[in-house]
Amino acid sequence: MAVKSNHVTIKGIKDGLVFLLDDQCELEELLGELRYKLEHSHQNILTGPIIHVDVKLGSRQISEEEKQTILDILKQKGNLLIRNVESPPLESELSLVEKLTLKTGMVRSGQVLHHEGDLLFLGDVNPGGTISCTGDIYILGALRGTAHAGVDGNEEAIIAASYFAPTQLRISQMISRPPDEWETRETVMEFAYLKDGSMEIDKISNISRLGRDFNVFKGV
Amino acid sequence: MGEAIVVTSGKGGVGKTTTSANIGTALALLGKKVCLVDTDIGLRNLDVVMGLENRIIYDLCDVAEGRCRLNQALIKDKRFDELYMLPAAQTKDKNAVSPDQVKDIVLELKKEFEYVIIDCPAGIEQGFKNAIAGADKAIVVTTPENAAVRDADRIIGLLESSHVESPKLVVNRIRPNMVKSGDMLEIEDVLQVLNIDLIGIVPDDEMVIKAANMGEPTVMNPDSQAAIAYRNIARRILGDTVPLMQIHQKKGMFTKFKKFFGMG
Repeated sequence: MAVKSNHVTIKGIKDGLVFLLDDQCELEELLGELRYKLEHSHQNILTGPIIHVDVKLGSRQISEEEKQTILDILKQKGNLLIRNVESPPLESELSLVEKLTLKTGMVRSGQVLHHEGDLLFLGDVNPGGTISCTGDIYILGALRGTAHAGVDGNEEAIIAASYFAPTQLRISQMISRPPDEWETRETVMEFAYLKDGSMEIDKISNISRLGRDFNVFKGV
Repeated sequence: MGEAIVVTSGKGGVGKTTTSANIGTALALLGKKVCLVDTDIGLRNLDVVMGLENRIIYDLCDVAEGRCRLNQALIKDKRFDELYMLPAAQTKDKNAVSPDQVKDIVLELKKEFEYVIIDCPAGIEQGFKNAIAGADKAIVVTTPENAAVRDADRIIGLLESSHVESPKLVVNRIRPNMVKSGDMLEIEDVLQVLNIDLIGIVPDDEMVIKAANMGEPTVMNPDSQAAIAYRNIARRILGDTVPLMQIHQKKGMFTKFKKFFGMG
């Protein structure tokens, strides 16, 4: 096997070696090249005393199994002692970190703003406009149009707005519209949530009673 | 190089053509060189409102397709030497011209005129795309009705995602007595939803209908409230700061009487 491309870079550092593995190519290709380098082109450097090895995967997402395959290849050489494998955090961990996204602007009639995850929207959603999220929707502005939270079926999702006067609300599969008597009521910051399969509206100050994993401040 | 302003609304019948005709005429009244362009192909009205229908020889489509030169299609106004209009074709539809063709024509007009006012057809399809193709600025016309505001909002959204500079709002056909009784949206309500700069408010005025039927823009009649409103808009386009006009209903004998006794 003739290797022309260079997906595996081996660098020497003060106390060992760093394997820089390309994060763009196919995994199979990468493994093939890694094997080749260890067994053929670089075998003379890689024999001898014990060397510490750091593996850097760039931004490639790999499973535990795939990680093990890479380690197995490296372990074939008895003198390579793997110290550290650097890989990006898994998707689930990542979403926890970047949970709430901030967006600004104005959703006008006929426009649709869709977001994957939770969204804090600074601006108005006008009648005829739609804002939809896989997670929660928090609007710092007026909600006069349609809001759809938890579009993928998340029934825990909520919709909150500083000026809460929606045309229609949707959470997961549930569709609701404000009752007609809303028109004359005093508008305070409110949120909508699902309770026993029906939609409820409450003041924002009661949001902590929802029993969700919010970081509740209790004072001292 | 002049400036091209498109007058649009989304909804039909809110007064795009009347606004175009009156703003154009008001600008001419203020000594500017103005050309009105009707892009409502198949349903042209601007020529009727301006009273120039019987002078049409060539139209926008003829220019676009090279059947005549641009200057041949321009019609000089009856009242002003510096006011011209380019009529739309009546026998074709919106697909007869492309946005690029309109853009070229407007570009050509901007070389000669200080202001090119483009009258846009209702809707958001081909006709709208044609109309905004050559425009630098936009004026959105709405009336204080929910349906008109909804459509104006849609249009503003489309304008904001196009090359046209931030649009300005005209609230047309305000009936002060209805606003007072709470049966009509207030200007504040309209502004709160649309959230763009207001360039003028125009009261509902029967003189406008009369003037349009006579083919004489209202703006020529200084007794009309709407005429003053349109003149103010024209001055704001030129960059003057003019306070918004106070729209109030005409006081009848009875209300005056009541006021006299401290009941009004």
